[in-house]
Amino acid sequence: MALTATYGHAQADPHHLGRAVEHLGPAPKRIVTAYGFWVFLLSDIVMFSCFFAAYAVLVGQTADGPKGSEIFEQRNVAIETVCLLLSSFTCGMASIAADVRNRFWFYLGMAVTCVLGLAFLTIEFREFADLVSRGYGPSRSAFLTAFFSLVGCHGLHVTAGVLWLLTMIAQVFAKGFRADILRRMMCFALFWHALDIIWVAVFSVVYLLGGAP
Amino acid sequence: MLGKLDWSAIPFDQPIPLVAGGVVLVGIFAVLAWVVVKGHLPYLWHEWITSVDHKRIGVMYMLLASVMLLRGGSDAIMMRIQQAVSYQSQGYLPPEHYNQIFSAHGTIMIFFVAMPFVIGMMNLVVPLQLGVRDVAFPTLNSVGFWLTATGALLVNLSLVIGEFARTGWLAFPPLSELTYSPGVGVDYYAWSLQISGVGTLVAGINLVTTVLKLRTRGMSYLHMPMFCWTTLASNLLIVAAFPILTATLAMLLLDRYLGFHFFTNEAGGNMMMFMNLIWAWGHPEVYILVLPAFGIFSEVVSTFSGKPLFGYRSMVLATMAICVISFMVWLHHFFTMGAGPDVNAIFGIASMIIAVPTGVKIYNWLFTMYGGRIRFATPMLWSVGFMVTFIIGGLTGVLVAVPPADFMLHNSMFLVAHFHNVIIGGVLFGVFAGFEYWFPKAFGFRLDERWGKAAFWFTFTGFYITFMPLYIAGMLGMTRRLQHYDVAAWRPWMFWAAIGMAVLTIGVICQVMQLVVSIRNREQLRDRTGDPWDGRSLEWATSSPPPVFNFAFYPDVRGEDAYWAQKLHAKQQQFEHEEVEYQDIEMPRNSPTGFVCAFFASFMGFALIWHIWWMVILGGLGAFATFVVFAWRDHDEYIIPAVEVAAIDRSNLEERRNLVSMAGAV
Repeated sequence: MALTATYGHAQADPHHLGRAVEHLGPAPKRIVTAYGFWVFLLSDIVMFSCFFAAYAVLVGQTADGPKGSEIFEQRNVAIETVCLLLSSFTCGMASIAADVRNRFWFYLGMAVTCVLGLAFLTIEFREFADLVSRGYGPSRSAFLTAFFSLVGCHGLHVTAGVLWLLTMIAQVFAKGFRADILRRMMCFALFWHALDIIWVAVFSVVYLLGGAP
Repeated sequence: MLGKLDWSAIPFDQPIPLVAGGVVLVGIFAVLAWVVVKGHLPYLWHEWITSVDHKRIGVMYMLLASVMLLRGGSDAIMMRIQQAVSYQSQGYLPPEHYNQIFSAHGTIMIFFVAMPFVIGMMNLVVPLQLGVRDVAFPTLNSVGFWLTATGALLVNLSLVIGEFARTGWLAFPPLSELTYSPGVGVDYYAWSLQISGVGTLVAGINLVTTVLKLRTRGMSYLHMPMFCWTTLASNLLIVAAFPILTATLAMLLLDRYLGFHFFTNEAGGNMMMFMNLIWAWGHPEVYILVLPAFGIFSEVVSTFSGKPLFGYRSMVLATMAICVISFMVWLHHFFTMGAGPDVNAIFGIASMIIAVPTGVKIYNWLFTMYGGRIRFATPMLWSVGFMVTFIIGGLTGVLVAVPPADFMLHNSMFLVAHFHNVIIGGVLFGVFAGFEYWFPKAFGFRLDERWGKAAFWFTFTGFYITFMPLYIAGMLGMTRRLQHYDVAAWRPWMFWAAIGMAVLTIGVICQVMQLVVSIRNREQLRDRTGDPWDGRSLEWATSSPPPVFNFAFYPDVRGEDAYWAQKLHAKQQQFEHEEVEYQDIEMPRNSPTGFVCAFFASFMGFALIWHIWWMVILGGLGAFATFVVFAWRDHDEYIIPAVEVAAIDRSNLEERRNLVSMAGAV
């Protein structure tokens, strides 16, 4: 019987690599958590890609309203981008501080990340408020609908990230660098960096391409 | 204060929903009262509602699905009766009520019957088959289940408070836009799917991580049972497809709530974008449902033929091929909307290609049976019934994948017959097979075979009498969703379909009777071996029902059909068992997080549907508070001491050895 044949061999080295490549059993918690969170991030990126697709479909549908090049302010966007990219750096510093259990640098890194995130949100909010006050709100045209939704969706994610960040500071403050809290910190960092990557796409597709006259 | 909600929301003038709703409410209160009076509430709370045990959560998923199957089934009965009597007459249902019924039937059957059934099955079985103690994220698992329950609750609320969508199960715009559907029906639809969709995504992430990262020693990818493979494929699809549904429904909701223009007729909106997005989710969804069923059939056919699965590797390849190709065919759902011959041809060919890996699977099952010692127990009956039925459904599927044919058959009863053919013949037969097969594992006693066989035969024949006439009616030009009609040629077929529905209903009754009879005779049906079917994979290596930690040790796997190999090995060793040292086991603590989340989600969903904004804010704050409280827990695990593990495991082994020696004596 085929079964008895395969049993016993254990197939420790099926590809003759010269070393055993047997599966060793369940992965440690740190790996499992980070892996699951990566899968979540991928699904989140799929969701963003729908809004990107909608933007691509609707970008020309201005319904006699303004085009992108007429409403985007490159200077604002540049400042926003710098804020967010810098915040990714400071978030990385906070992660390292957490890894070496240094509270001072952890708090400092997280605080700067928080301030930069809030600065980003403030600039974005002002841009939105300004557009709405000029009558260029999301219900003006399908193009503006797609623009507000895509950029706003990213903004909502940053808001959620800031809330999470504050919870993380509070957790480290109350409980210290426990293993489960370090795992959460790792997930938070992944989330924050992913937002950065998505912003790079938003920045390129919406503001750079759309900003061209 | 209460937004759009007032007394006019309750349909006092419509007896059917009001009476149905009243009966359901009385039923719910009776059950609740019984639970409270009998003092079962603490037990329910500690052992089930707050449980994070994957087996319990799996059972609760399937319980939810069964209840909703009755609800969706009643809708189906009402529709079949309506179409049987509405030749040159209005029938007994007013049009707007009929439209709600077919929308609710589709929505419920896909999202709240088929999905919870397959997710429940995967939850229950996959960690056992992988030889591990739980899923990757146990508490999240509970959250996922309870959010699904919230969605189901909201759909059922629409029966008595307000109305449900009249737009069909996918709420195509512009019909579903505020201009044409000003009521709360579409909002009920969208919010319940949004909330349960989050639950599904969570379950998907959980199971993908479980299969990829939690496998026992030696369980390499090509040693996994087939059901684990199809679970992996199905959950990869969930993770990739459900965010599309979330985004699409979010866009529709933005259109409806804030006057956005994604899919409107005005200001440049594009409703064809909705078709593309919704089917980019919707087509993979079909395979999310049917792949786990394929896995169940693989397990059942191999076990009841007493042979390893034929062509295991080609089976894996076919599964993953279906997983990938299912994302490349979505446009065949709207061939008739003018995409042009080139696009239609490409998507038509891609759609037909899926038949190839599916055919590979069918042949593999047949070859597994060939030369085997086949036992026709109930799960095997469902599997063979599936093979016959699914081939018919697959062939009509290839037919509608041909664009010119689709131009004739699009939106006809032929299509209705086709997708019921594959969903009932594939998914529902699959979960019934799995239900019969794994029930002893979950509860420790087998199901009554006679009632099970009766249920199979009535459902099987009922299915054919119901849906074969619909193919013919479709060929005769009958379109779907007709409230009444004037063509005499369709009438007999509608009549036969109604008869078939009656036979199907008898099948359902047999299914219920089977449960009742089996529970009553549970002592005679008790499964003491943990392995009632002479199974092949690891779930049969532990006792039935399994202890909370599943396995005292992580089993050591050396090949496919791990438990079969263990049994052979044990026989060769004359059952000599070396004494082992037991260790403490760490298990996740129960947590009410899932239930509390769903509580707030229900209020928030209801408030959003009725525009009760203060309640929305309150619900949101509650959800955030739950998150923080959960994050603040200090002890999320508890220890089962080695002594206790040893006691449980030794008594199981003892039981098993006694049975084996008794069998040896005979």
